[in-house]
Amino acid sequence: MNKLELQKTANEVRKDIVTAVHAAKAGHPGGSLSAADLFTYLYFEEMNIDPKDPKKADRDRFVLSKGHTAPGLYSVLAERGYFPKEDLKTLRHLGSYLQGHPDMKHIPGVDMSSGSLGQGISAAVGMALSAKLSNDSYRVYTLLGDGEIQEGQVWEAAMFAGFRKLDNLVVIVDNNGLQIDGKVDEVCSPYPIDKKFEAFNFHVINVEDGNDMDQLKAAFDEARTVKGMPTAIVMKTVKGKGVSFMENQAGWHGKAPNDEQYAQAMEDLEKVGEALCQM
Amino acid sequence: MSDVKKIATRASYGAALVELGKEHEDLVVLDADLAAATQTGMFQKEFPERHIDCGIAECNMVGIGAGLATTGKVPFVSTFAMFAAGRAFEQVRNSVGYPKLNVKIGATHGGISVGEDGATHQCCEDFALMRSIPGMVVASPSDDIEAKAMVKAAYEHVGPVYMRFGRLAVPVINDRPDYKFELGKGIVLREGKDLTIVANGLCVAASLEAAEKLAADGIEAKVINIHTIKPLDEDLIVAAAKETGKVVTVEEHSVIGGLGGAVCECLAEKAPVPVKRIGVNDVFGESGPAVALLEKYGLDGEGIYKQIKAFV
Repeated sequence: MNKLELQKTANEVRKDIVTAVHAAKAGHPGGSLSAADLFTYLYFEEMNIDPKDPKKADRDRFVLSKGHTAPGLYSVLAERGYFPKEDLKTLRHLGSYLQGHPDMKHIPGVDMSSGSLGQGISAAVGMALSAKLSNDSYRVYTLLGDGEIQEGQVWEAAMFAGFRKLDNLVVIVDNNGLQIDGKVDEVCSPYPIDKKFEAFNFHVINVEDGNDMDQLKAAFDEARTVKGMPTAIVMKTVKGKGVSFMENQAGWHGKAPNDEQYAQAMEDLEKVGEALCQM
Repeated sequence: MSDVKKIATRASYGAALVELGKEHEDLVVLDADLAAATQTGMFQKEFPERHIDCGIAECNMVGIGAGLATTGKVPFVSTFAMFAAGRAFEQVRNSVGYPKLNVKIGATHGGISVGEDGATHQCCEDFALMRSIPGMVVASPSDDIEAKAMVKAAYEHVGPVYMRFGRLAVPVINDRPDYKFELGKGIVLREGKDLTIVANGLCVAASLEAAEKLAADGIEAKVINIHTIKPLDEDLIVAAAKETGKVVTVEEHSVIGGLGGAVCECLAEKAPVPVKRIGVNDVFGESGPAVALLEKYGLDGEGIYKQIKAFV
């Protein structure tokens, strides 16, 4: 996909996110929207996957360690054809397979159940280790929140991955700067994030704008060239990106828009879509 | 009993892993800086590339096990019971139990027979914790032969299994041609009409000893080895309760939530009879030689005998 197509797809993913969260009357739009471009880049450009064969043995793996942004993952999976888009409206509903947090047992395309912060990265490390043990060539990607890295388990996993030189592993940190209780550097600062991963023997790539497809492409292309160590991509993003009243607002971490807000959000995104069509 | 061969079930665990490792390429052993104590060092020596020391980071180790399992490997995650069931409880619940991944947890150093290390390392809560996770198989062998059979059965079972092994060398009691191990199936070791003793782990041998003492007093105890606490062999326990009218549970675990808890839950609904739970009585352990501790906490043959005498 070219850049414009990726941008248009990411905008569709954003519409899916707000639609799903609105229908669920609950969920986490802020961190789903900040990572929408990343989800789109991974599933439409970077990863070796086949929506018709979600369990393909040699597929690349993705673990959503920040599992509460399931609306983002589900939306990109639906856009990619893993399951029908209309099912997104059943998110969090009783009886729906689209659970509040990723459930690998029931959702096509979900490689690991997650949601309890800090745990997904360990599973991703296990997958990367497995590939090394079996001489398999697949790559493993995992997305963490910048608040999530306050969990100690993240650094247990990082220490292991660096020590074991898992160069088939890419850890992405969505540095949108906000967590439930406020700004990450006011709650319990994780900074400097890049230097921490460097100290754990990662190749670190700082991405100035993680909502920019060119910068994402440059980062993932660079990660592919890294040998002998895992890569950490620390990307600065805007929480709530694309929806005017959600941008940079900690309050939209885990709240659904009401009908009026939903209409406003869709209008914002329609405008972005129209602008992209003019390009 | 001094001439009886004694082997710690943690050693059986290590030996069984080596045997299974020869047959199964997909078997991977994880440890957290305790390979000498958990005895996975035996496997490490034989298959260094398939033994992964995760360092002192049990939560991450459980997660790595989960990740390995998603790719078809069969990981045996090994550490002390305290850290496997205690520290990493939530990782076991959310990263292994919820997605029902094929991870085996080999938890050594269960119970107070850990000995000198004292209360911080004497896990008497693991059965209760692990049993509460949906789909988790929870088992604890009575001797070397059973431990080896259990490790093999755990490998063959598809899904998560928690196994508790001991540090202390215990008598080999299952060395007989007709011994057969099946997860979830209890084994009647002694017939008796006056009461039923249900035990697991090293308490099985001690219960047999207690049954001999009771017999000398004219009390005939049926003794059942319930090596699998979950799924519990309810049919066998209910039948025995109806047959003997009284049940005693014996385990090296808190009387809250373990084998005693499981048996009471079952019998209260299906065959209410008086039950006496023998175990660690809602207290922490302490430092001391294992054998002396078992005696002090009433879990040796004599202690079990006395408590049953007071009950019947």
